[in-house]
Amino acid sequence: MATIDQPRSETAGKQYKVLGTRPIRHDGADKVTGRAIYTNDMQLTGMLHGRILRSPHAHARIKSIDTSAAEALPGVLAVCTGADFPDVKDKIAELGEGAVNLAHLSANVMAHDKVLYKGHAVAAVAAKSPHIAEEALKLIRVEYEVLPHVLWVLDAMKDDAPLLHDNVYTEELGGKQSDKPSNIAKHLHFEQGNVEEGFAQADIVIEREFKTATVHQGYIEPHVSVALWNQDNRLTIWTATQGSFTARQQTAEVLQIPVSNVTVVPCEIGGGFGGKISIYLEPVAAILSRKSGRPVKIVMSRAEVFEGTGPTPATFIRVKLGATRDGKLVAAQAYLAYEAGGFPGGVIGPGCMCVFSCYDIPNAVVDGYDVCVNKPKTQAYRAPGATQAAFACETVIDEIAEKLGIDPIEFRLKNAAKEGTRRVDGPVYPRVGFIETLEAARNSDHYQSELTGPYRGRGVASGFWFNVGLKSAASASVNPDGTVTLVEGSTDIGGTRTTVAMQLAETLGIAAEDVIPRVEDTDGVGYTDVTGGSRVTYATGLAAYHCGLDIIAQMKERAAILWDCEPDQVEFADGTFTGPGQSATFKELARRLLETGGGIVGRASVDGGGATNGFGTHIVDVEVDPETGKVTILRYTAVQDAGKAVHPSYVEGQMQGGAVQGIGWALNEEYYYDADGRMRNASMLDYRMPTAYDLPNIETIIVEVPNPKHPYGVRGVGETPIVPPPAAIANAIYRAVGVRMRELPMQPHKVWKAINSQE
Amino acid sequence: MGKRIHVTTTINGEPVEFLCEARQSLLEVLRDVLRLTGTKEGCNNGNCGACTVLLNGLPVDSCLVLAVEAEGATIETVEGIACGGHLHPLQQCFLEGAALQCGICTPGFLVAAKALLDKNPNPSERDIRFELAGNICRCTGYDKIVRAVQDAAQRMAASR
Ligand code: FES
Ligand code: FES
Repeated sequence: MATIDQPRSETAGKQYKVLGTRPIRHDGADKVTGRAIYTNDMQLTGMLHGRILRSPHAHARIKSIDTSAAEALPGVLAVCTGADFPDVKDKIAELGEGAVNLAHLSANVMAHDKVLYKGHAVAAVAAKSPHIAEEALKLIRVEYEVLPHVLWVLDAMKDDAPLLHDNVYTEELGGKQSDKPSNIAKHLHFEQGNVEEGFAQADIVIEREFKTATVHQGYIEPHVSVALWNQDNRLTIWTATQGSFTARQQTAEVLQIPVSNVTVVPCEIGGGFGGKISIYLEPVAAILSRKSGRPVKIVMSRAEVFEGTGPTPATFIRVKLGATRDGKLVAAQAYLAYEAGGFPGGVIGPGCMCVFSCYDIPNAVVDGYDVCVNKPKTQAYRAPGATQAAFACETVIDEIAEKLGIDPIEFRLKNAAKEGTRRVDGPVYPRVGFIETLEAARNSDHYQSELTGPYRGRGVASGFWFNVGLKSAASASVNPDGTVTLVEGSTDIGGTRTTVAMQLAETLGIAAEDVIPRVEDTDGVGYTDVTGGSRVTYATGLAAYHCGLDIIAQMKERAAILWDCEPDQVEFADGTFTGPGQSATFKELARRLLETGGGIVGRASVDGGGATNGFGTHIVDVEVDPETGKVTILRYTAVQDAGKAVHPSYVEGQMQGGAVQGIGWALNEEYYYDADGRMRNASMLDYRMPTAYDLPNIETIIVEVPNPKHPYGVRGVGETPIVPPPAAIANAIYRAVGVRMRELPMQPHKVWKAINSQE
Repeated sequence: MGKRIHVTTTINGEPVEFLCEARQSLLEVLRDVLRLTGTKEGCNNGNCGACTVLLNGLPVDSCLVLAVEAEGATIETVEGIACGGHLHPLQQCFLEGAALQCGICTPGFLVAAKALLDKNPNPSERDIRFELAGNICRCTGYDKIVRAVQDAAQRMAASR
């Protein structure tokens, strides 16, 4: 696996001791021996087991709920319904990767008067065993008035569509509202230049329509929370969350209790991908705990995960692109309608921002719609909203390139976003590495190799995602043996303890193994935003770097005491402090802290606000079976700009994992609904995610164009890799069998049909 | 709740007796009764492999085995893979090769991979991908898992 280093800014070419190496992760031994504690591994004395009753209907009014029989079942200690939840007013809370209306959040956690999708929670019980809790659910009587439902974004946008909320109006640009309620919660509009003039200059204009299906993040650990509402009114929650502080905030708001009464303990987390930011079980477990006086654990079944937590939306997208004969894009237009699910606030915003984000296009218009449908409330999924948009845009790009007879990578190079490019929603790019990823893709062994054989084709697509930055805190204390204990608040989903610790180690000139990273609960560390938005290695890493600088400044003072000089006479470089005629390594000085005034604690709290951007380009070879339409991935290469790859193995891992999720999205994954609005494939057998046997190795090429906003040039890498695969595969299918696939997923029967309806 | 049943097994080389209800799965008993929480639950219906254990040497989804069926059986879980103070080569190769991200699938993969290497010490990439197809990992894209198993096989061959 090659690393292509492209020294372009002042940080490039810097020699690092720790960054770029591949140490074993600090939590590794715990995780390969089964010792790591995930939330479901928590056992508390007297703990009860909670279960949730969910709506069998896609849309219904709750007329009554009778829980008396359940309450009377021996072994049941508490029952709750929406009536146990306090009234929560409309209020928008920022959660890092998107915002939420807290009134909607409350009603999503437990339905109050209406159910808006099959799987919507309506009641919960806590009992001495999970089996008793399950029996109790069967004794709860709910009377529903079933209402007509709507399951597809374009149907929900029609005037006569069943209305989900009578208090949701269409919010237009500038805050203007529609005069009657609507399933369309928001209309976004971005433009630059003059598209009409732009299209008039074009020699070729192509406009296509695309559909994508609802898909799930598919983390292997189901949602699980344990709550203990103590007799002193303090609430402690152990939970599978991407962000302990946002979980604390949401839980406190939904329960209408002070944030300071709640401690959220983030246990090890078994995947999230954006789906474990919103809360689901936390307040329910809390209420059951308050009512029973016992700790309560609730674990979702896999079907509940599919039906009751956030998938990412089905979409309808129309993209129109115009280019000149010599391959310069001159105008672009997009219409994006994204399902929000049962409550407003889907991922349409980033969808609009990302649809043309890879290209420098002078004239563009983007319209986006956030639309309620009777499906679970959608949530972020790795580069939320971008994959669907890229599927549309990158397929049209490929079609234009092909019609103009230009190599698809060359066409992208002619139009690639670069420093100074203005994205359609406004921001102007700083130094970005898109061109370099395209060049690396073009020069790769994969792209240079010949692909032969019938029904085989090679596709290319690119993708973009932000690095959101946001807030992180860290503190670090120097131990007498010269190691440093690092306390951070970012839940570690994929090795970030190590990538953050490595940045502190680099700053202090010590080994990665000499930093002992710990992820603390909300009482043990300063405010830290979610693990999401490709931000942890960037922003929590930035906090660790500043912690390191703080430690160095304090240690210079101690050296000055020992050496009887002024602190500013002490220099620090390469892990060694030097003063007038004296020097000491970090470890030597650490040993003498207690005699010079006590231990040292470094601290930092940063707002990595608006970090930069990550670009990637993928190449895929496929073979299509003309008899069945089945697509086999023969070879796959992912290329991405990582800024500086702190731990290359985990960068590669993000690229590989993201690519494979994208492959699943492209070829197989979808929520399959029946006419009654019931998901018919809510198991991992029927919602089939890729297995090892479905795939080849995923080759990776890391490009390093340092991020000017980070002292070590780091860019987030987690999300971009899911963006290109569906388009890359669709483009490969075209080259293999001559059909353009414009609907996800591209299952065998659809490909077969496309092949067989060709003229 | 029915009467509890007495079950005698050997788990990770040690004799273990437990009481369980007829409806409890082996997974539930391992985790909730015996507190061997290294074995994970991802789906509870046999589709993810996170709960893989060896039952008389063969890999099974412990969520699909009733605990009472373990009477007289030998069970190996992830907690039994390391010997004494040393990690098993598979565990070592998973760490060195970064074959885990969130780690929730890892116990299942380690147990399934151990079963594979026990019966086929020199598997091809295709063998590994086929034998591990019952274990889902949503984080890694499998590449590094497959390579880690290959590395472990080589290391074990070299030390034989
Ligand atoms: S938990 Fe047993 S196979 Fe998923
Ligand atoms: S490492 Fe997360 S599911 Fe495999």
